[in-house]
Amino acid sequence: MKRRKFDAAAAPQKVGGALDDRFKLATPTRNVMNKVFPDHWSFLLGEIALFSFIILLLTGTFVAIFFEPSMAHVAYDGVYTPLRGVEMSKAYESTLNLSFEVRGGLIMRQMHHWSALLFVAAIIVHMCRVFFTGAFRKPRELNWVIGVLLFWIAFIEGFIGYSLPDDALSGTGLRIAEGMIQSVPLIGSWASAAVFGGPFPGDQIITRFYIAHVFILPLIMLALIAIHVGLVFAQKHTQWPGPGRTEHNVVGYRMFPNYAAKQGGFFMLVFAVTALMSGIFQINPVWLLGPYEAAVVSSGTQPDFYVMFMEGLIRVFPAWEFRTDFFVLPGIFWPGVAAMGVFMLLPMAYPWLERWMKKDRAHHNLLDRPRDVPVRTGLGAMAATFWVIGVVSGANDVFAERFDISLNAMTWAGRIGIIVLPVAAYFIAHRICLGLQQHDREVLAHGIETGIMMRDPDGRFYELHQPLAEPDEHGHTDLEYNGWVVPKRMNRVGALEARPKGFFKSLEEDDDSDSSRQIGSGKK
Amino acid sequence: MSENKKDSERVDLNDPKLTRFDIYKEALRKDDIEILHYEPRFPTPGTKEEKRMERIVAMMFVLAGLFALGFVAVMAFWPWEYPGEVTGWDAWFKWQTPMLGITLGLSLAFFGIGILTWAKKLLPVEEFVQDRHDGGSSMEDRKLAEATIYNMTEDIGLKRRPLLKKAFLFGAAPLGLAAVAPLGGLIKDPGDSLTKTGFHPDHNDGQPVRLMNMDGSQLRPDMVSVGGQVTAFPAIPGGATNKYANSSTLLIHLRDDDAAELRENLYPMYRDADAVWGNFVAYSKICTHVGCPASLYEQHTHRLLCPCHQSQFNVVDNAAPVFGPAARHLPMLPISVDEEGYFYATQDYLIPVGPAYWNRPSLPEEVEE
Repeated sequence: MKRRKFDAAAAPQKVGGALDDRFKLATPTRNVMNKVFPDHWSFLLGEIALFSFIILLLTGTFVAIFFEPSMAHVAYDGVYTPLRGVEMSKAYESTLNLSFEVRGGLIMRQMHHWSALLFVAAIIVHMCRVFFTGAFRKPRELNWVIGVLLFWIAFIEGFIGYSLPDDALSGTGLRIAEGMIQSVPLIGSWASAAVFGGPFPGDQIITRFYIAHVFILPLIMLALIAIHVGLVFAQKHTQWPGPGRTEHNVVGYRMFPNYAAKQGGFFMLVFAVTALMSGIFQINPVWLLGPYEAAVVSSGTQPDFYVMFMEGLIRVFPAWEFRTDFFVLPGIFWPGVAAMGVFMLLPMAYPWLERWMKKDRAHHNLLDRPRDVPVRTGLGAMAATFWVIGVVSGANDVFAERFDISLNAMTWAGRIGIIVLPVAAYFIAHRICLGLQQHDREVLAHGIETGIMMRDPDGRFYELHQPLAEPDEHGHTDLEYNGWVVPKRMNRVGALEARPKGFFKSLEEDDDSDSSRQIGSGKK
Repeated sequence: MSENKKDSERVDLNDPKLTRFDIYKEALRKDDIEILHYEPRFPTPGTKEEKRMERIVAMMFVLAGLFALGFVAVMAFWPWEYPGEVTGWDAWFKWQTPMLGITLGLSLAFFGIGILTWAKKLLPVEEFVQDRHDGGSSMEDRKLAEATIYNMTEDIGLKRRPLLKKAFLFGAAPLGLAAVAPLGGLIKDPGDSLTKTGFHPDHNDGQPVRLMNMDGSQLRPDMVSVGGQVTAFPAIPGGATNKYANSSTLLIHLRDDDAAELRENLYPMYRDADAVWGNFVAYSKICTHVGCPASLYEQHTHRLLCPCHQSQFNVVDNAAPVFGPAARHLPMLPISVDEEGYFYATQDYLIPVGPAYWNRPSLPEEVEE
């Protein structure tokens, strides 16, 4: 037997060959590595949500090791002196122990909470991007529906996670949830008893929420995220209109090395921001709140930000309880249950509503600039305004206290504002879109305003315009608007020299000045 | 990948004159990719600026490693245990979490920036264009798939065998029911849990239930100052725990004129039940909106505010709602003082406490606003 020497240079080829013999990987590998992705900063918003989800899985696994999802009674006997001897549930006690008696436990808890907030926030912003640019249109309607589903599952998952520590705030949230479940027509009282295993709060709910929070919902989310991202991959990403870009191609850079490197770096950055925030900014200091007792609450009781709009709607909804001799329909049903149902279904149906309104059956791979679809942008502004007023109303006691406004005035402002302002927002957004469209056309016809004032011999002042093409005898250029960004500043068309690079020393003095000039810095 | 119009550009991969890049271009062609622009970031290799970029990226990675070591060191050696006493900002343990966050955060940030700088400053400048092939399969492919599916349904033959179809459905539907049936184990009769509180004599061997403090001491009139209020619980085992979450009650000692006003406004059912004792009145703390404890009492306006959704109730008018989303008054607990001088509930709440639900017993006529 002759020992063969290990040949490092040929090793990758050998391993690759061995793998390909078994799995026939050569072509799929090449396809994936060469896949072309379009590039724009707004395409990274969904990634923030994805990365936050990964951080949530990691930190969540850590906190689950120490958390006891039990409502059994214990008297606290840990190191945190102010709560010594207080009666509490094991869930709350183990949360305290995780915060005080586990090395690094507090930062893990805070990372879990911060990344949860970041997760939902990123989903919302990502959803806005997809909505306003029309990325949900055919062929991507189904992925939009999955995205809306993901938002609501994240919403419920977040709420349930917030309830697990069994502190005073989370118990209050649970109590409100109970009131909402009870308000469901016909089955309310029975549904509540089924969820809580009897009268509120019972001794089951934390255990049930725990299994939903760590197993059922994450599993559903994982599956949906896999489909969501897989569909983006299979259907290829949308792209902005631009030179050389059509409905039938993708212009950008390759998956490897460029795209993968940007993704990897960006993941690290999201993780870094989460870690920094969790180290520096305290979140949900449960030890200050005390265990949940049904008789205890304080003002300034706010849920996590994503639940606030619902809280706000519940606050501003008038006292309309519908009573007959046979049944009662509580007021909370409308903002707490019916409205939530509408907010789930209406966004899901939107792609088809828009198709029906516009009679648009076409395939779309090029994105709309929001200004070019004023009605959709207006509707989005309407929804966003509605949401913001809901959020503000959800904290209206804090606003009233901080700004010295009457609480009832805040409530009335919310009641009136939530009806009037979204409509106003629609018209304002619509007008702004039209104005921007007009300005685009103006620049295409007359050129860019240079800011240079000239004076005729006969005393007339006028501003010089830089035409974007060869003008005719009237000084007009005949350029078509085609959905691209129109340059509106002189330095967009190369009127100014690029800033010299270098921080500690000027690079202009370099001996290899010309050849060292970076390519790509003045791109586009 | 489909064979496309660029077939003419095919190259023979066994041609020895081909460079590796030529082969790569063939790979791109097979993936329907064209190169629009592709060149090294630094056309002349080894310039000062390129070296500088390399050094910057390397420094980022080194810093990332150092901060990661710092994170591990803080984890391992930082004094982090809670001392069990009040400390100032200069206590070591208070800085453990910030130090962990800063070291881990900076480590990850430098690593990420390093990778991103590498991508943006060292990788080639490139712009590629790839064809999309969306918009469904070709008519031919659809036809083939259709034929396949129809042939399969033909094989199964449900159309020709209606008996089987019905029998299959009869088997499948109950199985679906059987799959969700175990959830029936969750169903529980709410029973009287929504209409009965801890003040019901049933919880005290048929004897009336006294009122007690959070700490278990039973309440006497001299414990509540004029204009003051106290949260009361049923004086039964576990009465102040969440087991009786609906029983928490607010006992208010009104001033004389306020008490007189309340007596004037009293609903007939409370007058008949003699619910107010002296200047003392007891209301359910469970808000009739969604059940938060309505516990912020503003003495001079006689208003009770629920901080969750700002429902406000007028204490000198049967705790009727005056503002906010609540639509019903807070039920009054009929109280009196026994011969030993302790407060007790003469009977349970006359109407169910807390938020409404579909089959809630209707209110007496005179309370309907």
